[in-house]
Amino acid sequence: MVDTAQRQRRAPAARPAGHRRARVSVLVRRYRLAPYLLLLPSVAAIGLVLLWPVVQVALYSFQNYGLPQTTGAAPAQWIGLGNFRATFADPEFWLSLRITVLFALAAVTITLVTGTLVGLLLNALGRVMSVFVSTAALLAWATPPVSASVLFYWLFNPDGGLVDWALARMPHWLVGSTDWAGFNWTTTGALPAYTVATLLVVWQSFPFIAVTVLAGLKTVPAELHEAARVDGAGAWQGFWKVTYPLLKPIFLVLLLLSVIWDFNVFTQTYLLTGNLGNRDEYNLSLYLYDKAFTFPPSYGLSGALALILTIILLVVTVGYVRASVRQGALS
Amino acid sequence: MTSTGMTSTGMTSTGMTSTGTTGAPRALPRPRISPKTARKTRTTFLNASGLLVALLTLFPIFWMISTAFKPSQEIYSLTPHLLPAHPTLGNFSQVMSGQASGIGSFWLFFRNSLAVTLATVVLASLVSLLASVAVARFRFRFRASYLIMLLIVQMIPGQALIIALFLDFDRLGLLQNLGGLVLVYAAQALPVSIWMLRNFVATVPRELEEAAAIDGAGPMRIFWRIMFPLVAPGLVATSIFSFITAYNEFIVALTFLGQAHSDYTLPIYVTYFFGRGGAEWGPIMAASTLYTIPVVLFFLLVQRRMASGLVAGAVKG
Repeated sequence: MVDTAQRQRRAPAARPAGHRRARVSVLVRRYRLAPYLLLLPSVAAIGLVLLWPVVQVALYSFQNYGLPQTTGAAPAQWIGLGNFRATFADPEFWLSLRITVLFALAAVTITLVTGTLVGLLLNALGRVMSVFVSTAALLAWATPPVSASVLFYWLFNPDGGLVDWALARMPHWLVGSTDWAGFNWTTTGALPAYTVATLLVVWQSFPFIAVTVLAGLKTVPAELHEAARVDGAGAWQGFWKVTYPLLKPIFLVLLLLSVIWDFNVFTQTYLLTGNLGNRDEYNLSLYLYDKAFTFPPSYGLSGALALILTIILLVVTVGYVRASVRQGALS
Repeated sequence: MTSTGMTSTGMTSTGMTSTGTTGAPRALPRPRISPKTARKTRTTFLNASGLLVALLTLFPIFWMISTAFKPSQEIYSLTPHLLPAHPTLGNFSQVMSGQASGIGSFWLFFRNSLAVTLATVVLASLVSLLASVAVARFRFRFRASYLIMLLIVQMIPGQALIIALFLDFDRLGLLQNLGGLVLVYAAQALPVSIWMLRNFVATVPRELEEAAAIDGAGPMRIFWRIMFPLVAPGLVATSIFSFITAYNEFIVALTFLGQAHSDYTLPIYVTYFFGRGGAEWGPIMAASTLYTIPVVLFFLLVQRRMASGLVAGAVKG
C-alpha cells in the first residue's frame, strides 16, 4: 500500500517553483490523486472514441435514426424494438449471420490446427530451417490486410489469375468437373468467395498461432516428453497427454482471440466480395456497413445490427476476460 | 526416398527401436529399423515439411512482386510464367507518376500514411505510458475495473463503432482530415499498449526511484531520468503495435476520407484503383508491393521484440 506519492512526501520540497504549483501538488498528495491524473488522458480518449460511440449506437438502435435526423430536418423518434423486429424479419440478416458463423467456424478451426502444427514443426526443426520457416511465416503475418486481399483477389481472378489456370490443367478426378478456366470465385456465391476468404485469413493468421504455440512449447520441460516416450507414447499421444494439458491456457486464449477476429472480419471480405457488390455474400459486418453507408442510410437498423454483433462478441469476450483473470493477469 | 535405406539396415537391428520411430511417418508395417536411420528419416521428413510450409507461405508474396515487374502482355498471357520474361519497371513508374491511379503519386499517399502513423505512435505511447505507470505503481480504487475495461474495450468491433464515430466526427468537422484518423487510431491502440507496457513498468525496481527521491530528485526528474530509459524497450514494443495498427487500418479511413483523394492513406489508395473495375493488375501489384515493403522490413527488424511483445500481450495478459 505504500506508493510513490507517499514516499515522495519524505523528500525535501525541492523546488520553490511558485505557490500555486506547490498547492496543487499538496492536493494531489493529500487525496492521492496521482494515479487518477495519470489515467485521465487514456480514460478520456477511450471513453470518447470507443465507449461513448457504443452508447450512441445502442441509443440509435431504438430510434428511427436516418438522414433526416442527422441533418436535424426531422426529430428522431423512439420506436422501441422496431429496428430489431425489422432485422429479425429480414432474410438477408439470417443469411449474413449464417455466413459469419460458418466462416468463423471454418477459419478458426483451420487456423488453429495449421498454426499448432507449424508451431510443433518449428520446435522440432533444426536452427537454420526453423529460422527460415518462421521468417516466411512472419512475412505472411506482416503483409497488410489490404495488400493481402488485393493479392488473393488477383490470384483467384478469372482473367489471368493463377489458381484458375492451374485448376483447369488438373485432372477432373482431382478437382471435379467444374469449368475452372474463367471460374469467378468472388461473384459466384458465398461458398467460393468465403473459400478464398478462409485461405486468406488462415494464411495471415496462422503465423501468430505458430509463434505463440512455439513460445509455449519452449516452456515445456524436455524431460516430460522424454518420459512420455519411454512409456511408449507416440507423437499423437505425446501431444494430447503432455503438451496440450500444459499449454491449455494458451490454447484457450488463442481460441477466443481467433473467434473474435474471424467473427469480425471486414477488410478482407469487403475487398474480396467487390466493395459491397454482392448482397448474397454479406457477412454481418458487411450487412451492417451497408445499412449505414449505402443510400439511404439507416443508422437505426445499422445500430441494431452493431448491438447484436457486439453482444455476441461480448459473450466471447467474457470468456476471454475470465481466462485472463484466471491466469493472474490483473495482479 | 529413404525406403531402400530403411529395409537394408532394418534387417540388422532388432528391438530397441521404440524411442526412434515415434516421429517417423507411419507408412507400411515395416521391418524394424535402427534408431540412427529412423532419426535421419525423421529429420528429412521434418525438413521437407518445413520447406513445403515456407514455400506455400512465401508464394503469394512472390507472385505479387513477380506480377509487379511484368509487362501487361505477360500478366494476361495464357501461360503464366513464374518470373517475368521481360522484367519492367513500367508499373512502378506509373504508380510513382500518379498516372496509374489518376489521383496522385504514390509518394503523396505514403506521406499521408507516414504522418498519420507517426503521430499515432507518439500520441499512443505518451498516453499509455502515463496510464501504465498508474496501473503498475499505484494501488487505487477502480484499478481492477480499469484493467477489465481495457480488456473488454479491446474487443469492441470497429464496425460497431463506425456509425457513431462517423456522425460525431462529421459534427466536429474532423472527417476528411488526417488528424481525425490519428485520434481514432491512438485511442484504438491504447488498450493493448497499456496492457503491454504495464508489465515493463512493473519491472523497474522501486529502489532506484527511492534512491533518486532521497537524493532530491522531483517526480518529473525521476520519471525522465530513471523510469523512461528503463521502460524504453517496452515503448518500442508498444510503438510497433500502434505503428502496425495505424499503417494497416482500413475501415475508419475508408469511411472518414470519402472522396478526399489528397488525404487518402496507403490502404485506401491501393483499394481506390483496385475498385475501379477493369483492374490493371501490374500497377496494382506494384502499388501494393510498395505499400507492403515498409511494414515487412519493420517486422523483420524488430521480429524478436514483436513476437515476445505480442505474446506477452496476448497470452500472459
